[in-house]
Amino acid sequence: MKRPISYPVIVLMCGRAIAFADTAQPWSPTNIFAPASTPAKSIFGLSLFVLAVTGAIFLIVFALLVYSVAKFRKRRNDDGREPPQVYGSNQVELAWTIIPILIVVALFMATARVIAFVQKTPAPSNAIAVTAIGHQFWWEYRYADLGVVTANELHVPVSDPAHPTPTFIKLLSADTDHSFWVPRLAGKTDLIPNHPNNMWIDPQETGIYLGQCAQYCGTQHAKMLLRVYVQSKDEFERWIQQQRQPAFVNDAVSEGQRIFETTACINCHAVSGTVANGRFGPDLTHLMSRDTIAAGAATNTPENLRLWIRDPNTIKPGSLMPAMELNEQELDAVAAYLETLR
Amino acid sequence: MSTDAVALPGTELASRPLVSSLHDWVTTVDHKRLGILYISYALVFLLIAGIEATVIRIQLIRPHNDFVTPQVFNRLFTMHGTTMIFFVIMPFLFGFANYLIPLMIGARDMAFPRLNAFSFWMTAFGGLLLYFSLVGANGLYGAGNAPDVGWFAYAPLTSRTFSVGHSTDFWTLALLVSGFGSIGTAINIIATVFCMRCPGMTLAKMPLFAWLNLVMAGLVVLCVSPLTAAQVMLVIDRYLGGHFFDTQAGGSAVIWMHFFWVFGHPEVYVLVLPAFAFASEIIPVFSRKPIFGYPVMVGATIAIGFISMSVWAHHMFTVGMSSAANNFFVISTMAIAVPTGIKIFNWLGTMWGGKIEFKTPMLFCIAFLFQFLIAGLTGIMQGAAPFDWHLGNSYFVVAHFHYVIVGGILFCLFGAFYYWFPKMSGKMYSEALGKLHFWLFIVGFHMTFDFMHIPGLLGMPRRIYTYEPGRGWDTWNLIVTIGVFFQAAGILVFLGNLIWSYFRGKPAGNDPWDAWTLEWSTNSPPPAYNFYTIPSVQSRRPLWDLKHPDDPDWKYE
Repeated sequence: MKRPISYPVIVLMCGRAIAFADTAQPWSPTNIFAPASTPAKSIFGLSLFVLAVTGAIFLIVFALLVYSVAKFRKRRNDDGREPPQVYGSNQVELAWTIIPILIVVALFMATARVIAFVQKTPAPSNAIAVTAIGHQFWWEYRYADLGVVTANELHVPVSDPAHPTPTFIKLLSADTDHSFWVPRLAGKTDLIPNHPNNMWIDPQETGIYLGQCAQYCGTQHAKMLLRVYVQSKDEFERWIQQQRQPAFVNDAVSEGQRIFETTACINCHAVSGTVANGRFGPDLTHLMSRDTIAAGAATNTPENLRLWIRDPNTIKPGSLMPAMELNEQELDAVAAYLETLR
Repeated sequence: MSTDAVALPGTELASRPLVSSLHDWVTTVDHKRLGILYISYALVFLLIAGIEATVIRIQLIRPHNDFVTPQVFNRLFTMHGTTMIFFVIMPFLFGFANYLIPLMIGARDMAFPRLNAFSFWMTAFGGLLLYFSLVGANGLYGAGNAPDVGWFAYAPLTSRTFSVGHSTDFWTLALLVSGFGSIGTAINIIATVFCMRCPGMTLAKMPLFAWLNLVMAGLVVLCVSPLTAAQVMLVIDRYLGGHFFDTQAGGSAVIWMHFFWVFGHPEVYVLVLPAFAFASEIIPVFSRKPIFGYPVMVGATIAIGFISMSVWAHHMFTVGMSSAANNFFVISTMAIAVPTGIKIFNWLGTMWGGKIEFKTPMLFCIAFLFQFLIAGLTGIMQGAAPFDWHLGNSYFVVAHFHYVIVGGILFCLFGAFYYWFPKMSGKMYSEALGKLHFWLFIVGFHMTFDFMHIPGLLGMPRRIYTYEPGRGWDTWNLIVTIGVFFQAAGILVFLGNLIWSYFRGKPAGNDPWDAWTLEWSTNSPPPAYNFYTIPSVQSRRPLWDLKHPDDPDWKYE
């Protein structure tokens, strides 16, 4: 894979001077100036160049403005005569037309390089292919080659810059427009129905990267959160193996399973190896392997899970999951069943 | 040219019964009265949309706040955006254009006075229709309320699958109706500028105000038409089984985006060109110099008009266009910075070597220059497509376009209010209250919109009713919300000033600013027929020629 575009060292030094651009200790988990993946880094390089140019323009024009306001203000002891009436100057006009044109050309060329690099990098043969499908208001991830389907928490392997293993994501939408934005990994790309898009990331440090839907998609757009788990190759491999297992069967919770499979739950949710094969909601086969529920709106604790099944509106008002109207025994049984889906 | 005017019989308004004078206002075809109607109507909607913005900001003051529900929040930002663009800023600008263009070009009225009245009432009823949704429509979840699909109303969220009830229809029809009003006014402005100029006023001797509004009107005709077409297509989709934007039946969501932004971006220039027009009148008068580089200013205006029609898809850098398309819209977007930069430099050139008087209108225009400079530079940042892959749809964009619309356009509008208030009312405003308004508003503006850039850089998307703690966004949102209250205080001082000055202000006289364009040659307020005799002019500053017969402009132009 091509190396990221390197800008002059001096520009990078300026970037370091921006207090919140320290990549080791990101000031915010979603800081665009703390890139951890090649596309985000090449955007970061361009950003610094654009910031340097626009910053210089700002300083010059601002200084001119302050100078003329201070210098040419009407004095207290003004003689009341009109100042010399100047109508214009072709030389000056020409200067402040040509210089901006040159700046625009320079900015455009720097921009075009990054566009070509990010948009035209082909997928190498060892790339991980994931299809991300946006739903109101959650994310579905399908690893077609690996036989894994999961929701809301995307797992990808870390990419060693010497031997990159990037992840190429195909973006689809099941309903309205959404946008995939994990600022430390890449710029955002929209998920639009009937309009498949592509993006790629190659995160170079393990960890959890946060983001959220960045295109207004309906009532709960705000709680359509994104979590990307970047794992070492071994961990990722183990995760894949575990996700490929069919659902765990446990007779102790067969009552819960019966209730789950005879109510509306299975209209939307799938649990592999059982009759539950709905597609509108997240796949629950390995629900308990996830840290969060409700697209990141709540941590995956037994209390939150019960609350969510009892009345999703308390966690995420406007979520499309209905309150299931179960009585206490049924709720306990279903929650106990779901808690075995590891 | 005569500087006095006589009252014709029947134009006296004193001692008439209220009903009959209201009837006069409703049936008027006088461009000045229609201008004032536009402006008062926009003031009412400014208050409504301002309250909506305040509620939005209170909801976002801290993470996981529950001041309003997500449904209400989504309606609020939809209504705030739609109202501010279509029923506040556009009517303000049309109002000033209506009032001032005939006076500035020495005409007795607009070219089509009845079309003028028709256009105003279409716009007015469009606004009423939008707000009638509060009682007449069902929202997304059947709760009976305002539209909640965003002012950009991206497909397929507007389809009947995702937007049940009629709230989206109220949005569609309100924009359709007011769109006809806008096109009517635009045609009227074009006809007036081309056909109604007084003797001697060639196109090259028109005030820049008329030039900028002429180009604005041309843009309105070109850009509102596709929006109207898109609204018709949306109605066909929703009620006649069409599939233009119905993605479930093979329609295209991206086509709606193109339709919307081919309107939406030129619309920004529709709003900003009249603001430039105010600045181009106010800055020379308070610098005591003619506008620097008039022909270049006209050329830059026309260039902006043309280029602005080819930049729309910079709103769509994240929708997955080809790299060639992205490159095209990068270069066209950056190209528009050149004529815009020329304008800023020419205003600076006008101030350079002048004797600047810091009256309230000039203060607002100086702040406009500073803020528009920043807005332009953040615009260039977003014009660099890869940078926009981060900035697009983040709070950085919200900060950027509020810098344009509030920091640029609204500041110029306030300048225009103070500058022409003496002409429209015949009374002088209170300079002390004007300055108080300026300082309150500029402090509030910078607290709100400077700090709003930062959460965008830290990954905060727009249109979210709440956000997670621990993202580094909390403090910035708190500061942003506090700034809103300074702005609100400024607006109240402004309204108080208008009302107090209207009743208690000192008589302003015909020409309080020692200005140079024709509107200052007639009475304040001008009589119904504007000029006793139609003036004839020899230069761009007819009143300068009159005041300085020894050194008239026409010797140099």
